[in-house]
Amino acid sequence: MTEDDLRQMIGRVKRGSLSRRGFVKRLAAFGLTAPMATQLLALHGINAASAQSVPAYKPTRRGGGGPLKILYWQASTLLNPHFAVGTTNQEASRVFYEPLAGWAADGTLHPVLAAEIPSIENKGLSEDGRTVTWKLKRGVKWHDGQDFTADDVVFNWEYAKNPAVAGVSSGSYTDINVVKVDDHTVRVEFQKPTPFWADAFVASRGMLIPKHLYKDYNGTNARDAPANLRPVGTGPYKFVSFAPGDNLRGELNPNYHMNNRPYFDTIEVKGGGDAVSAARAVLQTGDFDYAWNLQVEDEILKRLEAANRGKVNIVEGGNIEFVMLNVTDPHREVDGERASIKTEHPAFKDPAVREALSLLLDRGSIERFIYGRGGPATSNFLNNPPRFASPNTRWEFNIEKANQVLDAAGWARGRDGIRTKDGVRLRFIFQTSVNAPRQRTQAIYKQAAQRAGIDLELKSVTASVFFSADVANPDTYTKFFADMQMYTTTMTQADPQLFMNQYVSWEISSKANNWQGRNIVRWRNEEYDRIFREAEGELDPVKRAALFIRMNDLIVGSNHVIPLVKRPLVSASLNNLSTVLSAWDNTHWLISDWFRET
Amino acid sequence: MAGSIPASAIASPAAAARPRIGPWREAWRRFRKHRLAVASAVVLGTIILAVLIGPLFWSLPIDEIDFTARLEGPSLAHPLGTDDLGQDLLARILYGGRISLAVGFAAMSVAVSVGVLVGAIAGMAGGRLDAALMWLTDLFLSLPQLPLLLLIIYLFRDALTGVVGQELGVFILIVTVIGAFNWMQVARLVRAQFFSLREKEFVEAARALGASRARLVWRHILPNALGPVIVAATIDVAAAIIAESTLSFLGLGFPPDIPTWGRLLFDAKDNLDFAPHWALFPGLAIFLTVVSINFVGDGLRDALDPRRVQ
Repeated sequence: MTEDDLRQMIGRVKRGSLSRRGFVKRLAAFGLTAPMATQLLALHGINAASAQSVPAYKPTRRGGGGPLKILYWQASTLLNPHFAVGTTNQEASRVFYEPLAGWAADGTLHPVLAAEIPSIENKGLSEDGRTVTWKLKRGVKWHDGQDFTADDVVFNWEYAKNPAVAGVSSGSYTDINVVKVDDHTVRVEFQKPTPFWADAFVASRGMLIPKHLYKDYNGTNARDAPANLRPVGTGPYKFVSFAPGDNLRGELNPNYHMNNRPYFDTIEVKGGGDAVSAARAVLQTGDFDYAWNLQVEDEILKRLEAANRGKVNIVEGGNIEFVMLNVTDPHREVDGERASIKTEHPAFKDPAVREALSLLLDRGSIERFIYGRGGPATSNFLNNPPRFASPNTRWEFNIEKANQVLDAAGWARGRDGIRTKDGVRLRFIFQTSVNAPRQRTQAIYKQAAQRAGIDLELKSVTASVFFSADVANPDTYTKFFADMQMYTTTMTQADPQLFMNQYVSWEISSKANNWQGRNIVRWRNEEYDRIFREAEGELDPVKRAALFIRMNDLIVGSNHVIPLVKRPLVSASLNNLSTVLSAWDNTHWLISDWFRET
Repeated sequence: MAGSIPASAIASPAAAARPRIGPWREAWRRFRKHRLAVASAVVLGTIILAVLIGPLFWSLPIDEIDFTARLEGPSLAHPLGTDDLGQDLLARILYGGRISLAVGFAAMSVAVSVGVLVGAIAGMAGGRLDAALMWLTDLFLSLPQLPLLLLIIYLFRDALTGVVGQELGVFILIVTVIGAFNWMQVARLVRAQFFSLREKEFVEAARALGASRARLVWRHILPNALGPVIVAATIDVAAAIIAESTLSFLGLGFPPDIPTWGRLLFDAKDNLDFAPHWALFPGLAIFLTVVSINFVGDGLRDALDPRRVQ
C-alpha cells in the first residue's frame, strides 16, 4: 500500500463512502491496524467512535453485585500511580485513580475523565501535530467530595515532571507544556510535531491524583504523602483498607460519574502466591473471580479449564519472551566493572556463534509443548500492533545447519565434545528467573546446544531478585553478568517508540547509570541510533512504521537478540464474569464496566 | 575364702565354653532385636545400592527430551513414568539420589567432626575454655538455619563456583553450611559424656598408670562416648537431606538441570493433580530415606549404649 492509496482511503472515510470500521479492516489486511490507524483518522479529522470498541454494559442500576475478588500473584506495595514501578502497583492504583482516557483492546482511545477524545474535527488536535486540547468531563468529584478540575490535571504534570519527586511517569511529562485554558479545558503543547500524542494523561502513565491532597508533597517529601497509602481518586471504587504486599479493599463509590456503574458493592485485590495457585483459585475452586497474568504452562491451564467453572482470556499485545546474547564480556572486569562496554564477548563477537544459537532454539516445540496459546513462536522482536511487524524475518530450528555454520567458522570439537577456537570454549552461563516454563525452555535449549557442541550452564534466579532494581545484587537482569539470559519484556503502549528505545546506544545499562539503562544487551549500532531519532519526529504513520520495521530487522538480524515467543496477556475469569480487557492498558483500565452475567 | 577357689574352678570351664562376645558383636545382637531398625537398614541399604549401581543397569540418560512421552504414568519403558519433557523419572531419581545422599553423608561427617572436636576440648579442658566454647555452641544454636543458608549461598556462590565449577561449588557450599549448623548437638553430647567418663574408675586407673592426656582421650574416653554420637550422626544425615531438598525446592541450591530429589519435587508440584507419579516417587524416596535413617539411628542407640543390660 502506498502513501497515496492511504490518503485516498482517508478521503473516502471523510466523504462517508467508507465506514471507519471498514477503513480499519482494510488497513488490517495490509498489516496496518489498531491504535495508530485510529490516530491516523483522528489526525485527519475523523472522530473515533469509541463507544463501539467497548462491549455493552448491561446492568441497569448501580451496585447490588456483591463482592468482586481479584487475585494478583504479585502483590502491590503502594498506591501512588506516579511511583508505580511494576504493573501490579499500577493495577492497584487503577482501582481508585483514572486517566483522561484509556486504550481499548482494538487500540482506540476511550474517554474516561475526558468529555471526548481530541480530534482535528472537534478542534482537539492542531494540524501541525504540536498541541492537544482535552475537554474534561463536568461534575466529576473526588471521593472526598471535592470537584475535579483542570487545576488537578495541570498539577499532575507539575508533580510528575518534578525531578525531586522522582516519579516513574516523569518520561511522559518532562518534554511537554501543559496550560489551563479554563476550569474544564487543558492544552498539552509539544516542542516538536509529535506523532504519538496520547501519552501524557492517558492510560497507566496518565492516572490523575488530587491536587488538594498532594500539593504539599510536590518535592523530596513526595514519598511521605499519606495519600500514597490511602488513595482518594475519582474511580468507581472508594478506598477501604490496604495491607502492602497483601490485599487491598474498596467499596462502591455512590457518586461515580458514570451511570449505573459500578456493578459490584465491594472489591478486593489480593496479592501473593504463584501463578499456578492463582489459576487454580479461579478455574478449579472458583474462590476468586479473576486472576491476572497466568504465566503457566498451557497444558495445566487446559486441564484446569476442564472443570468448566472459568475461562482463560487471551489478549494479544506486544510482550515478548526472548533470549539475549551478551555483547560484552561478563567474566572480565575492566575499571572495576563486569560486562563493561569496553570489553567484547570472546565467543559472541563471532556472528557464526550467534547464528548457530539462533538455529538451535526450538521455537516450534517450545510453543507447542510449553507455552501453547500463551506463547506463539515468533521471529520478530516487535510484533504488535500488526503494522509494525516485520515480514522480513524467519525462524528456523536446524541442528545440522548450526553444526555446519560452526564448522565453517573454525570452531572445532574438543575431546569432551565442546567446540573451541583460539582458546575460547563454547561454554555459556544461561540465566533466567525461577519459573517453570522458563526452566523447561532452558532444558530444551541446552539439549539442542549440546548436539552442536555448545555447553550451556543453566542458572535460575528467584524472580524477586532477578527483576529487582537492587544495585548491590549481581544477579539482576539489568546487570546481566552472564553470557545469555531470557525473560519477557513488556510493551506498555500501543506505540513502539518507548519499546524500541531498548537498543539505542545512549540507553546502555552500565555502572555509570546504576544499571538503569534499558539497553541491557549493550548492543551498539549507528544505523539503529540514526533511524530511531528519525522515527521520533516522523509524522507520516506509514514512513514511521517502515522505520520501526527496519529497527526490528537490525536487532534481530544481529542475533544478539533471539525472539522466542510472543506473550499475549493470559488471565482467567469465572464464566459469569464479564470483563473489559486490553493489552494496551492496565487490566483494571475499565473496571467500572465489569459485571456479572445472571 | 577357701570355698571360692573350687567355685571359680567350676565356673571357668563354663565361661570358656561360651563363645567370647566382643563389644561389636554384642551391639549387633542388640541391634537385631530392634526389628524396625533392621528393616530400615535393609531399605536404606537398598536405596544406597540402587543409587550407586542402579545407573549401570538403567542406562537411559537423565536429560533425554522426548515430546512423544510426556507426563506418562509408570510403564515398562519408564517404570516410574516421565515428566513434562518426557525425561525418564527413574534415571533422574537415581542420579538425584547420589547427590542427595552424598550431601547428607558429607554434611554429617562435617557436623560430627566439628562437634566431636569442640565437645572433646570443652569436656577435657573445663573452666574458662569450656565456658567459652559452650557460649559459642549456644550462639550457633540460636541462629536460624534456613535464612542464614540463603544468605551464605547468595553471598558466596559466585565466588566459589568461579573456582571449582558450579555443581561442585554448590555441593561444597551446602555441605559446609549444613555441617556447620548441625554440630552443636554433637558437641553438647560429647562434652557431657566426657564430663562423666573422665571421673570414671577405669580412666582414673589409666591416669594412675601414667597414660598421657591424648591417650586417655583417644583410647579410653572417646570410644565410650561414641554411642550417642553415632545416633546424633544419623539424625544429621536426615536433616541434611531435608535441608538440601528445601533449598532445591525453593529453586536455590543446585543448578536447575540437576535433578536432586528436592528439585524433582519442585518441578512436579504444578502438575500434582494430573501427574501425581512425578511428585510421588521422589517424595517417597526422601521419605523412605529419612525415616529409615531415623530408625537405624534408634536401633544403634539401643545397641551401642553399654549401660543397657539385657
